[in-house]
Amino acid sequence: MSTTKKMTLHLRIWRQPTPQTPGRFVTYTVRDVSPDMSLLELLDVLNEQLIKSGELPVEFDSDCREGICGTCGFLVNGVAHGPKRGRTACQQYVRDFKDGETITLEPFRAKAFPVIKDLVVDRSAFDRIMAAGGYISVNTGSAPDANAIPIPKEIAEQAFDAAACIGCGACVAACPNASASLFVSAKIAHLALLPQGQPERIRRVVRMVAQMDREGFGDCSNHGECEAVCPKNISIKNIALMRREYLRALWAG
Amino acid sequence: MALAVKLDSKIPSGPLESRWTRHKDQLKLVSPANKRKYTILVVGTGLAGASAAASLAELGYSVKAFCIQDSPRRAHSIAAQGGINAAKNYKNDGDSVWRLFYDTIKGGDFRARESNVYRLAELSVNIIDQCVAQGVPFAREYGGLLDTRSFGGAQVERTFYARGQTGQQLLLGAYSAMMRQVDAGRVSLYPRREMLDLVVINGQARGIVCRNLITGELESYAGDAVVLCTGGYGNAYFLATYAKNSNATAIWRCHKRGALFANPCFTQIHPTCIPVTGDYQSKLTLMSESLRNDGRVWVPKKKGDPRPPHEIPQDERDYYLERKYPSYGNLAPRDIASRAAKAVCDEGRGVGASGRAVYLDFSDTIKEKGIDYIKEKYGNLFEMYQHITGEDPYKVPMRIYPAIHYTMGGLWVDYNLMSTIPGLFVLGEANFSDHGANRLGASALMQGLADGYFIIPYTIGDYFANVSLPKVTTEHSAFSDSLGEVHRWLTKLLAIRGEKTVLEFHRELGMILWDYVGMARNAHGLQIALQKIRRLREEFWNNLKVPGDATMLNKNLEMAGRVADFLELGELMAIDALHREESCGAHFREEYQTPDGEALRNDEQFCYVAAWEYSRDTPELHKEPLEFEFVKPTVRSYK
Repeated sequence: MSTTKKMTLHLRIWRQPTPQTPGRFVTYTVRDVSPDMSLLELLDVLNEQLIKSGELPVEFDSDCREGICGTCGFLVNGVAHGPKRGRTACQQYVRDFKDGETITLEPFRAKAFPVIKDLVVDRSAFDRIMAAGGYISVNTGSAPDANAIPIPKEIAEQAFDAAACIGCGACVAACPNASASLFVSAKIAHLALLPQGQPERIRRVVRMVAQMDREGFGDCSNHGECEAVCPKNISIKNIALMRREYLRALWAG
Repeated sequence: MALAVKLDSKIPSGPLESRWTRHKDQLKLVSPANKRKYTILVVGTGLAGASAAASLAELGYSVKAFCIQDSPRRAHSIAAQGGINAAKNYKNDGDSVWRLFYDTIKGGDFRARESNVYRLAELSVNIIDQCVAQGVPFAREYGGLLDTRSFGGAQVERTFYARGQTGQQLLLGAYSAMMRQVDAGRVSLYPRREMLDLVVINGQARGIVCRNLITGELESYAGDAVVLCTGGYGNAYFLATYAKNSNATAIWRCHKRGALFANPCFTQIHPTCIPVTGDYQSKLTLMSESLRNDGRVWVPKKKGDPRPPHEIPQDERDYYLERKYPSYGNLAPRDIASRAAKAVCDEGRGVGASGRAVYLDFSDTIKEKGIDYIKEKYGNLFEMYQHITGEDPYKVPMRIYPAIHYTMGGLWVDYNLMSTIPGLFVLGEANFSDHGANRLGASALMQGLADGYFIIPYTIGDYFANVSLPKVTTEHSAFSDSLGEVHRWLTKLLAIRGEKTVLEFHRELGMILWDYVGMARNAHGLQIALQKIRRLREEFWNNLKVPGDATMLNKNLEMAGRVADFLELGELMAIDALHREESCGAHFREEYQTPDGEALRNDEQFCYVAAWEYSRDTPELHKEPLEFEFVKPTVRSYK
């Protein structure tokens, strides 16, 4: 159990009432904070404080609060999701900040992720990329027995590692080019590694990459920031795989 | 709304094994050319909703899919950890459809329909095939074939898994199938929408009213059927393993429009969650049941033993599950393991600062099989535990305690998954259908996908083929009436301008439900709960403070609506728990127990589904008797 000493934290938060109105930072102070509190619980406490004093609470997205749904996410002191690597914003804990510290929270910044309000952004571009081929075409009812195609354990594990992406968008927020390459490549790798994904391999990479470009995401120039902030530790090797897949598709004509 | 309700479960007759097949053969069909003329509104995009939307669109229906999340991929099915059951018998350990059926119906303490449960077990094998074909990366053995593990309430290894993220991988599979149909133009997506009313025209479900959560606008959508896949109502307890946005509003509004609510008091408490640490806490986190494959549950034999776990010698530890239930041991079903944890903590033998926790200890397995074995199987769960508690479970035992996790109750549906409102179908956790009074681990994913992939595609066609559905648009007066009602209701919430926040009310309601309608209930406590809930609801409508207005993204307003509904549903849960004078599954009435503290069922009087009809004052009880033709309800023993 960590210490029960209470802390005081200052939160410098981006407030923006609508997509059209300009935003600004406002600093708030929360006292008597338990170190065992999560960062989002700290925001809950702040919001209660704001509501009681007649102000509008800070809007932020969150759902499962256990790091798997990909709903939460904003920049914490400039880092997507926050200081502890391999975690989402809801998995950051107050114990990892210093007593008296000012924590800056701002929304993910990317042209393809417009701000909706405060820390809430629109990530629907990801769904449109998935609709452009992030699937295997198999109708319900037409599947062969599950053990009909053996898949080597290592391949299944690699596919799983890529499939673990939660679609939170931290990779985009961290990339200097606001590229969605890590997100897109994770899906392409997951499906390209598996035998079931082979028939649509070419069509998939071409269409998903085209949709990524249409959405206004930038190109990848190998900064590696995406991998560093990914809460699921998705490897940048997937981007290399996506490039190989893309070239292969070009040659295949 | 006075309805002449007649519960017709439409359960087929004949041999159990062939009921579903025969039923399918007798269902009417809609021709391929006509399917696209039907619009189906699917609300919720978890396992049930996404699989239904995908499968219905593949058949050619026009589907509109709605979800409250910003993306359909985020529905709370994603958080399911441990696995999905299927009677594949790949392990050659004697599994069969019959055994999965029997385990499930016994696990539910003989309070579910035989026909539904058998169908579920039968479809389980198709689910695994379907998911693998979609590219779901299940765990595999070195030979490349699928691996399985054990879950509570079973003596075979029939649980398929994808590390500790099975729900995520299955949901992404269903989501991808649905996105393929979005690509094909047969599914239209409506994210960040919250359903606030069901529109019923001529007694048929013909549309929904929802709030656009970004702009605050109220929108209406007309269709030929509504498929509700909005999950369970466990967040009524405030502290639960559910996602923050999980709520009962959609099912509750349908209930108020005439859909009966079945067995609301059957709420599941999961034995292995991270204990409560402070009053700021926003949710509880589950530690998968799969951990009980390799972790041993214990408390000190001595009351109030202050020693850290490693200083307590073996002979001073009480491995109480292994002691009390030798044949199932640490894999005793959830209700039983939860009550046993409560019992040892009530005796004063709980551990941790609050005394409301027990140890889940992996040291024996680590010694025997090595740390890598544990890492591979449960790595992400151990990490999650460490993030939350700041303790390393590879070195010290986990501390766990039961928490609200699932609701077996839900809207009443017939064998075709249709509610008492024609055209309103209810799938997954939102319905009451398959788990009786207690759900076994790894069965929720199975049910959500069975309903969505393999049942609704057949039964909805039969509905369309049998009824007349005059063309309806949102211009119909029923839509404007409903819009007006929803608008007035939102205005009313905002106009209270009291002192207490939604969160405060929600926490208070949660405490009442946990204390009196939780793991153990009694008549006296339930009466107190009823009074307290009514008083709290009164206060809510007089002293609630909601910031902002309805024309903006306003999560407090969303929560206010949901808590208003929980305050009504909570009362029904207590009424149901009070009326059911027996203990069964997760419903443990302290007055009805065996001398050694096990649940004492009363099959003479309570072998029925309690389906409640909405009324502002006194809900009316309708009973659907449960008939057991193929299994004999026995005393559920795991000893």
